Parts: sequence; C-alpha cells; structure tokens
Amino acid sequence: MSDTHAQTVAFVRETQIPPAPPPGRETGVYKWMRENLFSSIPNSILTLAALALIYALLSSTLPWLLNGVWTTNSLAECREVLDGKVGACFSVLTERWNQLLYGFKYPGTEYWRPNLALVLLLVALAPVLFFDLPRKLLAFTAIYPFLAFWLIWGGSILVPIVALLGFVAAGFVFQKFGKGSFALGFFGAIVAAIVVWNVGGFLIPEGASDNAMLSAVPSRDLGGFMLNMMLGVTCVSLSVPLGIALALGRQSNMPLIKWICVVFIEFVRGVPLITLLFVASVMLSYFFPPDATVDLFLRVVIMITLFSAAYIAEVIRGGLAALPKGQYEAADSLGLDYPQAMRLIILPQALKISIPGIVNVAVGLFKDTTLVSVISMFDLVGMIRGPILASTEWNGVYWELLGFAAFLFFIVCYGISQYSQWLERRLATDHH
Amino acid sequence: MSTLTDPPKAQFQLSMLVNDTRYRSLTFQAIAALVLALAIWYLGNNLIQNLRAAGLNISYGFLGDPSGYDINQRLIEYDSQSSHARAAVVGVLNTLLVAVLACITATIFGVIAGVLRLSNNWLVSKLMAVYVEIFRNIPVLIWIIIIFTVMTAVMPGPREFRGDNATSSMLFDLFAFTNRGVYIPMPWFESGFFASGALNWLVIIAVLVGSFLVMRRVETNATKTQEKTGVRPNTKLIALGVWLVPLALVLFVMGLSWEVPELKGFNFKGGIKIGGPLIALWFALSIYTGAFIAENVRAGIQAINKGQTEAAAALGLRPGRIMNLVVLPQALRVIIPPLISNFLNITKNSSLAIAVGYADITATLGGITLNQTGRAIECVLLLMLFYLTASLLISMVMNVYNASVKLKER
Repeated sequence: MSDTHAQTVAFVRETQIPPAPPPGRETGVYKWMRENLFSSIPNSILTLAALALIYALLSSTLPWLLNGVWTTNSLAECREVLDGKVGACFSVLTERWNQLLYGFKYPGTEYWRPNLALVLLLVALAPVLFFDLPRKLLAFTAIYPFLAFWLIWGGSILVPIVALLGFVAAGFVFQKFGKGSFALGFFGAIVAAIVVWNVGGFLIPEGASDNAMLSAVPSRDLGGFMLNMMLGVTCVSLSVPLGIALALGRQSNMPLIKWICVVFIEFVRGVPLITLLFVASVMLSYFFPPDATVDLFLRVVIMITLFSAAYIAEVIRGGLAALPKGQYEAADSLGLDYPQAMRLIILPQALKISIPGIVNVAVGLFKDTTLVSVISMFDLVGMIRGPILASTEWNGVYWELLGFAAFLFFIVCYGISQYSQWLERRLATDHH
Repeated sequence: MSTLTDPPKAQFQLSMLVNDTRYRSLTFQAIAALVLALAIWYLGNNLIQNLRAAGLNISYGFLGDPSGYDINQRLIEYDSQSSHARAAVVGVLNTLLVAVLACITATIFGVIAGVLRLSNNWLVSKLMAVYVEIFRNIPVLIWIIIIFTVMTAVMPGPREFRGDNATSSMLFDLFAFTNRGVYIPMPWFESGFFASGALNWLVIIAVLVGSFLVMRRVETNATKTQEKTGVRPNTKLIALGVWLVPLALVLFVMGLSWEVPELKGFNFKGGIKIGGPLIALWFALSIYTGAFIAENVRAGIQAINKGQTEAAAALGLRPGRIMNLVVLPQALRVIIPPLISNFLNITKNSSLAIAVGYADITATLGGITLNQTGRAIECVLLLMLFYLTASLLISMVMNVYNASVKLKER
C-alpha cells in the first residue's frame, strides 16, 4: 500500500521541519489574559468592573492600613500623631492586647497558664488530627483535659486527679467486663466512676485550693479570645460522642429510644442558640437543686454542647444512611453483636463520610461562641463592645477592634476548613 | 418413624433480659423510660422547690399587663401602655419582616455569587471565592456589629443635610441615608376606597392576582394554539396590557401619591424610616447567608453532568438559555434542600437582633419583658415555642416546593 502511495504523490518531504515557537499571541501572559479575562465582550466588562472594585477597596483600605499607629496610649494621642492624615489606630490592639486575649479580670501574672494550656492543646490535638504520628501520643491527649482544667482554673490538683481516677476506674471495669457483655461493662463503668468520684470528694480536704500550687481563678474571670477557644474546644469535643450516640439512637429500632432522640434533635434544631443561652443564664438554675450553684461557664457549656450535638447527630445520621445496606448485613453475617458491628465496621466508614459535615458544625460552633456576649460574658466580642469601647481612652476605634476580631476568627475557621479538606483527600480510599 | 415434639420450653431466667434478643430491647427501653422519668421528676421537683423558695409560680397573666416600654421599629400600632402580649406580637412581626427580607436578598446574593464563582473569568471567580471565604469564616454577630457601627458612626447625621452648603444631600431628593436610618418615600392614597391603608393595599394585591389569573389563561390559550398550528402567538404585548392597565387604573382612581421624607427641625419627617438596626441585621444576614447559598448553588451546578451543557450547546442554545432551560432546573433539585436550612438559619439568626437593639421577638419578649417581669421560664418557653413553630412552618412550605421540583421517577 505504502509503496503505491509513495509513487503517486508528487513530492514527499524527507526532512522534518524544525519546531517553531508558537505565535506571540498564543503564549504566555497574553494568551492567559485573553483566555481568562477578555474572552468575550461581556467577560471584558466583568473584568473591568472587578478591577474597579478591587481598586476601590484597596485604595480606601491600604493607606489606612499601612499608615497605622501602633504605639500610643489613647485615641486622642493617636489622632495627634496622625495629624489629620488617614491611618488606623492599631495601638488599641497593642495596649489592650492582654484584655482582648484573656479578658479583663484574669490575673496578669498567670497569663503563662492559658498560654501553656494552648501549646499543650496543640500537642494533644496533633495525634488526633494527624494520625501518622505514633499512637502512644494519644495517652497525653487523654490526660490533657484534666491538665488543662488545672492549668486554667488552678486550685487544688486533687480535683482533676480524682476526676481522672474516676475515668481510669471506669475504663478498667469496662476492660474487665466489656468483653463478655457490653451492657454489663458499660453500666459497671458508670457505677465505678460515680463511686470513685464520691469517695474522692470526701478525701479532698476543706480549703485544699487555698494553698495550692496554682492559685484558683473563678470562671467569671475568664474572658477574651481565650473564652471563645475554651468554649469551642470543649463543646466540640464533648458534642461529637454525644452526637454519635444521638445518631445511633435515632437509627435504633427501639421505638422509645428512637423517639426520645428524634424529639430532642428536632427541638434543639428548631430554636436559635440564643434562646438556649437564655435558658443557661436565666432558667437552668431553676432546674438544679436549691443549694447547688452551678457555674455560668458550665451551664453555657452544657447548652452549647447539646446544641451542637443535635447538629452533629444529623450529620452522622447522613453518614450512616449513606452506607450501603450490605455493610450492615456483612457485619451481621460475621456474627458481630451491635456494639462490635458499630465500632469495627459501621462507624469508621460513616464517620469518614461525615467529616466535612462535622467540620462545618465545628466551625459554626466556634463562630457561635461569640453569642455568649449577648448573655454578658466577656468573650472577644463582649470585651470589644463592653469594657474597651466604653473606656474613655478608646471610645470610637471601631474598625481596628472589629477588624482584629474578624481577623482572629478568620484565621482559626479558615485553618480548620483547610485541615478538613486535607483530611478528605487523605482519607479518600476510592479510585480516581 | 420418630415423632417430632416441641423443643423443651426454656425456663425464663433473669439473664435472658440482657442476653436474649427477644427481651433485650424491651429491657433497654424500660431502663431508658425509667431514666427519663427519673430525670423529669428530678428536674420538675427542683423547679417546684426553687419556685416555692422564690415565691414565684408559673402564670401567663403578666402578658396582659401594660408593658411600659416603647418600640421604635414596628409594623402595628403600639405604645408603652399596650400589653406585653402586644409587644410580643410586634416582636414576632419584626422577626418575620427581617427574616423574609433577608431570605430574599440572601438568595439573590447567593445565586449571583455562586454563578459568578463558576465564571470562566479568572478575576471574577477569584473575587467571588474571596467573598465566600471571608463571609463564611467570620461570625455573623461580628458582621452585624460592623454594619451597625458603619450605620451609626460613619453615616452623616440629619443636621449635616441642613443649610445651603450641606455636607450631605439626599439621593435624587428622595432617599436620605442618615445615621438614624434610611428614609425612603412612602406611597399613600389620597382617595382610597377604605379609610385604612392596609385595606387599600389588599385591593392592589387583589388586582395583581386577577392579572395573574388572566395571564395564565392567555398562556394556556397560546399553548393550545401552538399545539394546533405549531406557531406560538406573541403574548408579550398582551402581557404588558394585562399587567399594567388594571394596575395603573386602580392606582389612578385611588390617587396614589408619594410622601417624600423632608428635613424638619432636628430630624427627617415623613416617608418610611428603615432604622439602622433593621438595616444592619438585614444586610448582615443577607451577605453572610448569601456566602453559604453561593456554595450550595455552585455545588448544585457542578453536580450537573457536563454532557448536559454540551448537549444543549450542540442543540444550538445560547449560554444564557443553557443555564435557564437545562442546567438550573436540574441543579434546583440539589440546591433546594440546603436552601431550606439556610432560610431556617436566617430565621434563627435573626434572634441576634438583640445585639443591635432591633425589636424582634427575642428583644421584646426575651429581653425587656423578661427583665421587667422576671418571668424567665414563661418568656423563654414562649420564645422557644415561637421559633419551633416558625421553623416547622418554613420547612413544611419549602418541602412542598422541594417535592414539586424534585426528579420525577417511576
């Protein structure tokens, strides 16, 4: 074939033409701009409009931002330094830095305690977030809550130790009896923990916290961004297990348990967080025994945890429903009982599916911790709106303070969402 | 041949309550019921004891007492002599007002941002990505406070509109943006059919509904003609007439005129005043939730197979029509369910009004009324009841709509 062909064609080139560079308008910046910015007339108009918008934004904020003053002691002084020029008064941040982060009552000499707690938090979170790290680090994660409690609130070290011992006893009982019968181990663990806590309560001497290593700080002295962080971390970590329990309860085939969970979830999801915070601040004390004084921080933690648990439960229910029926049947056919099937087969897969949703709830929850300023707790927003803006020195620096608050929240929330996207890619076990 | 007998009946043992699947669920439920009953008894008992100790009782009689406080932004008549119940109703209406307004604008923002984020214009899509990330990652409370601060601290006061060389002026001489709120012209009727303004507005709504019914008739006829002859008669001119003529007629008869806000004394008089708190709440909820809706819209559009777009393009449809006729109707099925929860979130987040002093139900019933009467339990329960009802109603209505757009299968 090819022979005949070669003879019928008048001319066949025998050498290859050397490759030539593409025409100038088909390469580099020019091509990119034509394709991405000016591909059509409407597109060009959009580009120009966007450029105008960006210019308007930058030209109004950049001089203000770059010309900022960082080292004055009051707004009046700051205005003097600026001398009529446009510029920000960031000195409110440097001057009130501690108040913004720790609230205005936390003793200044003790700032190292929450700082250390934050550093240790990162260490404790690391094995949870990045599971390539050695599993033995999880032991520190287990101790961390008690350590952090002692660091931040101070007082007698016996209190967190007794609390820890209760959990250790519960874990021991569960190990011992949980193999034979899950129910026996579970209820036995609860009884063991309660016994240890009660006995331990008697053993702690009166006034143990008066001469403790770390001086006691009452909860109402906590404030600033530290309060947001504490509420966020505590409530998220408490609400994930509770949410799992609620989701499993909602999927249960025991009608009574199912309906308790459904009513709880739908009720909590139907009301705004603010009403629940009202419950915490004005109503919850009516439901505790008359002589019990339950700390406002604890009441708020209870309500926020219940709130986010309902949302997490719905996310996990989605994950449970997304699993193919075959997984449940496979677990049954292996002869696993309910706790085993859930722990070994169903939940690992369901939780993996639910990660983006859980992170969404966590970010939302962290943002919602600002609402405690409405029931007059002095978190970051509460500090800004209350003591700082009301002070004579700084009355009128709205932009700098609110911008700083927005910036802090953005950093944390954006970081969490980026982590979740990394985790999703990491956990993707399906084929591409 | 052997005879089959029933297996010996197992003697009931106590351990079977846990180990036998026939009884186990009953055991667990009995325990759950017991724990629940104990918890309710414990909490109820504490409540009764505490109330007795404080000399209180549960009673809703306080709702009939005069409230003794004024509300700035209101949709119905109200003064400080009105009852607490009426204050609560004012609050409910205000909540609904801001929720409805914010739902509409948030949807508009969200759809625009979501579609633009998928634009093939690099700059625009990046700009929209920045918008979404910034607004989603900063608490809505901070946004509300920022916008409220801008309204009150940066906008000019009414006195700056005064004088020959005023530093501020009204937009088109119709709208005034001041630090007390935005004043816009108010329509009213010089020779309305009824003395009350609300009834006159009902007349207009009735006319519009009439036009809608006639229009639907016209469209059905046009479709019939199209099916018969293959040519669809042009209904655009008819539509113009059907919508505009009756409306213009009824407005003319009732004598529509506009009351333009005017600077009198120390403040603007006349027109409709939209207070700063309402604007802050409305705008903040809109742009905040708009960012979430944008993500839903983007996910919905991306969920549609690219082949659908290509098929539509192969049929010769233009990009705008591809979006309207092919992509969006299918994307709606993905977009609607999260949109429902976004509307619910707007309604619930409107309770943040209390932070800027907008008189919604949380601020009236849960704020001032609660503080004045000290009836914490009653007020918070009523508040929860309202939000629960509102949430259930919204999800019911939106679910009906969802059912109408979802994929029709066998």
